[in-house]
Amino acid sequence: MTKTFRMNEAQPRLLDETGQGIVGAPLDRPEGPKKVSGRAHYAADGLPEGAAQGVLVRATIARGRITGIDEDSVSGLEGVIGVFHGPEFLRNPAQGMAGEAPVQPGGEVHYHGQPIALVVAESFEAARDAAQRLVVTYEAEAGVVTDPARSEELEQDDPETAGDFEAAFAAAEVTLDRSYTTPAQAAAAMEPHAALAEWEGDELTLRGALQMLRFNKEELADSLGIPAEKVRILAPYVGGGFGSKLGIGPEAVAAALASRTLGRPVRVVMTRQTVFDAVLRRTETSQRLRLGADRDGRLRALSHDDRVSNIQGEGFAEPVSQASQFLYGAEGLSFAQTLARVSRTPAGSVRAPGEAVGMLALEQAMDELAEMLEMCPVALRLKNLPEKNPMTGQPFSATRLGDCLREGAERFGWDARKPMGSRREGEWYVGMGMASAARSNMLVKSAARVRLSGEGAVVETDMTDIGTGTYAILGQIAAEMLGLPVEKVEVRLGDTSFPGASGSGGSFGANSAGSATFLAAKAIRETLAGRMGCGLSELTLQEGIARGGNREVPLAELIEEELVEEASVEAGDTSESHFSSGFGAHFAEVAVHAYTGEVRVRRMLGVMAMGRILNEKTARSQALGGMIWGLGAALTEEMAHDPRTGHVVSRDLANYHVPAHADVPGDMTVVFLEERDDMANPIQTKGIGELGISGAGAAILNAVRNACGARVYDMPATPDRVIAAMEAAGF
Amino acid sequence: MRDFEYSRAETLSGAAGQIGEGASVVAGGTNLLDLMKIQVMSPARLVDISRIGELQGISDDGEGLRIGALATNSELAADGRIRSGWPLLSRAILAGASAQIRNKATTGGNLLQRTRCPYFYDTAMACNKRSPGEGCAAQEGVGRMLAIFGTSEHCLAAHPSDMAVALTALRAEVEIRSKEGETRRLPVTELYRLPGDRPDLETVLAPGEIITAVRLPAPMAETRQVYSKVRDRASYAFALVSVAAVVQMDGDRIGSASLAFGGVAPRPWTDPEVDQALVGAAPGDEAFGNAADVLVAQAQCHPDTEFKKPLLRRTLIAALREATGLAETATGASTARIPA
Ligand SMILES: Cc1cc2nc3c(=O)[nH]c(=O)nc-3n(C[C@H](O)[C@H](O)[C@H](O)COP(=O)(O)OP(=O)(O)OC[C@H]3O[C@@H](n4cnc5c(N)ncnc54)[C@H](O)[C@@H]3O)c2cc1C
Ligand code: SF4
Repeated sequence: MTKTFRMNEAQPRLLDETGQGIVGAPLDRPEGPKKVSGRAHYAADGLPEGAAQGVLVRATIARGRITGIDEDSVSGLEGVIGVFHGPEFLRNPAQGMAGEAPVQPGGEVHYHGQPIALVVAESFEAARDAAQRLVVTYEAEAGVVTDPARSEELEQDDPETAGDFEAAFAAAEVTLDRSYTTPAQAAAAMEPHAALAEWEGDELTLRGALQMLRFNKEELADSLGIPAEKVRILAPYVGGGFGSKLGIGPEAVAAALASRTLGRPVRVVMTRQTVFDAVLRRTETSQRLRLGADRDGRLRALSHDDRVSNIQGEGFAEPVSQASQFLYGAEGLSFAQTLARVSRTPAGSVRAPGEAVGMLALEQAMDELAEMLEMCPVALRLKNLPEKNPMTGQPFSATRLGDCLREGAERFGWDARKPMGSRREGEWYVGMGMASAARSNMLVKSAARVRLSGEGAVVETDMTDIGTGTYAILGQIAAEMLGLPVEKVEVRLGDTSFPGASGSGGSFGANSAGSATFLAAKAIRETLAGRMGCGLSELTLQEGIARGGNREVPLAELIEEELVEEASVEAGDTSESHFSSGFGAHFAEVAVHAYTGEVRVRRMLGVMAMGRILNEKTARSQALGGMIWGLGAALTEEMAHDPRTGHVVSRDLANYHVPAHADVPGDMTVVFLEERDDMANPIQTKGIGELGISGAGAAILNAVRNACGARVYDMPATPDRVIAAMEAAGF
Repeated sequence: MRDFEYSRAETLSGAAGQIGEGASVVAGGTNLLDLMKIQVMSPARLVDISRIGELQGISDDGEGLRIGALATNSELAADGRIRSGWPLLSRAILAGASAQIRNKATTGGNLLQRTRCPYFYDTAMACNKRSPGEGCAAQEGVGRMLAIFGTSEHCLAAHPSDMAVALTALRAEVEIRSKEGETRRLPVTELYRLPGDRPDLETVLAPGEIITAVRLPAPMAETRQVYSKVRDRASYAFALVSVAAVVQMDGDRIGSASLAFGGVAPRPWTDPEVDQALVGAAPGDEAFGNAADVLVAQAQCHPDTEFKKPLLRRTLIAALREATGLAETATGASTARIPA
């Protein structure tokens, strides 16, 4: 029977008592050797006997109606089996945690690149050829709006406010009013989206590249109009997600539909170009920051307005000002968002939605304010640390932002920062910059099962490991709790026949699935304590030995038949009473070529307090990865849309520039400050990966300004933009 | 991908026999196979020349170096003779692609790689280079990578090769063999045609002609050679602009300069007036800027490539500062170490 636990109050820090030293240790990922030797099977690896292959066909108009799909145009081609299309086909992937079929426009086309049909053939090559040749006729609409700046279909909620922003801004001694833009971005996971569907009677098994199986199962069943019990999804390994695999995508539904009709397995792997066309992108943003402060640096007024875009019918709007709402606070706060409707690839959650782009603007504006006040940027932030969430009044569950800022400045050698433009090494200007980091933290309903036998333990949950280290940390939690070496714990993930977890998203997977694993293991400890005849608090389990009630017994002797416990966790009162967020500080040193405007990041430091660290190595990798994405957002990443059709022009990884190795400095340091977030969840953790991104890009851009005077308002800071800004600054 | 026939040639004359209507030779395949997968190119037959012994190797023929068309980019960049006599070439190659691609990419294939104009890659978009007469979607589209010299109303695409830019500044020649077995030589710049009204015809190669080698003339003594490539990330990106400079000093003045520019034209771009403007000049930002102005004055920009004018101007100054010793940087200029 599943025990459900609601997080209503702080819990004892049991993982600090168990004393095995496994939780937190920088252990290797257990599945690592399989991955590097090609034995970890991803969704598209392996093709069952008799499987056919499908390739998605895209719409080549921006908006309108399909008047005909001429199946005869390809039916004679060798190897072609059939063309599938119809109202069930997905236009939009599901948004994260939707748990139901995504909105669809029926036979309409709403963006150029929209999947409209699937061609199935005996080989991938034949299917791709046929997909290319398939003749589709349209009735195109005229005057389609693809540019958010020109959209007249705008949705605007009342601004979220606290205090009176206008009055506080008018009264402030120093004010700043700046606008920034960020481009659309792609999640750019290495593994393309893929699905392999196979039916047995009315039951579907789908191997997919998906992040949140508990929700995905519901989404897929709803899309196909069948009960969720009839769907099993397997995703034991996922090659990166970054938000793009939160919800099911067109490949999954198309594969399932074709497979049902054909009575044979069908595999659909998106080509890289289709991944760019049809997977949720991050919206471009345009942002306006208004800051008002006293001469001594105390913020009086803060407003962060933004415009984002999405396709018609999609509810998601990037929460751009999320961190601005709680990071500093002021007497007057105001946040207004405008959602512009456009015919472009639908937008959704991509790596730290909100903070990743919002903090680029907020933390550059803070840097500009520090400059106006002739104040140290670190000192300005230290002056404005709020005691409570300024919008909601909730106390923070745990915050060490001040410590991160001070410790970071110390370790980085911030003292050595020179006045703007005054440090030159050969042809290069050199400068330093910093920014705060914040990313709100969540606990999402999750269940896990733990089995303990004389042989060892097994953890089972439908949680995914998208390259982040879930296999490692769940094994560590169970081992720590059950007094076993980690090798004695097997972790089974990515199968909807296991208890349903949060999935990987919003950096809440470790908190949520980790807590469920912890609670299931704790229930087993209770049984063992009973068998030892001692209280739970007296029981110690270490290295396979149980001690308690003055007895010492090998664990195996306490277990006659397998002990099985399932536990479920969900957010409770503490999520109302307290506000939980990860905090940190990013520091960067950059060199800017005085002539060509090229920026090279020389070193980066991130000091972060993110609750209990479950595995020092995987946590560090997460934080580093986040910082590299921050670098990408600041300097290289930009999805280009065609001004006429709105379609994505940079449709492969040669044209969409994620940072390459040479962009990433050798000196990348991450420091974790010791922290326990008692209000967050029973294991006192916080999310990690996305905090690494939040603010990191701004630290780099602030360093560019310090180096050479260039303040780049339109990201990314490519050489041409740096040159223009340098010239504008008189350098 | 469409089905195609595949045959492997063991000798040059064997290859000549296999190349016919609808056939394409394949060397490293790093460009051609990508284009075949997305069906921008769909040759009916591939003639694999990658095992032909006569096309391999780098040899010293007394007049300079003869580089076989199959010498890989990696082989070339690492060759000791090239690194000392023509360091520019080594640097330009290493500024391109990735180690894995350079290991496969060949000298001939590099010269003949197709443009990176994104509309050329997208079969749903009009492109005169892909389908003559269809129109040019780039004109009113997104155009950051487009050319600013030598374009026509029919095509604005830039040639993406870095190696070809260096070879141009080094005054290299290509050696071409016809189907009938005759050999001719051309300066690298003359290999390429400007788009005019037929952007699909990119070179002067006649049907059945293949590139057999590239010839580097004996290096001039004591030249300083620089390759400056500016791109949207530090590595693994095509040039926004690049400058190849071979400069020989005469005392404290510039004796001669041979420059070529990449990322800005349908072929490695040269401008004799710019080279000439530098002769006799005392190194300095002013003289370099004046020469750069001569170059940039000729530019014709798409709205998205306006930035290339200041960027090219500045990159040229930066390259000349390195080539004349005004600046030392991490990647610095290389002096050709040739006995005078
Ligand atoms: C992701 C990526 C990034 C890249 N970045 C760069 C870069 O930054 N800078 C750069 O310069 N290049 C770059 N390249 C391009 C790379 O240099 C070329 O793909 C490579 O040089 C082509 O050589 P190949 O031997 O593989 O040619 P293939 O693909 O085999 O052939 C290319 C063309 O040349 C023809 N051909 C080949 N050999 C001969 C011959 N001897 N005679 C006649 N015709 C011949 C073929 O028929 C074909 O049309 C990049 C490529 C990729 C995929
Ligand atoms: S610029 Fe040239 S390659 Fe690009 S779309 Fe136009 S014709 Fe094609």
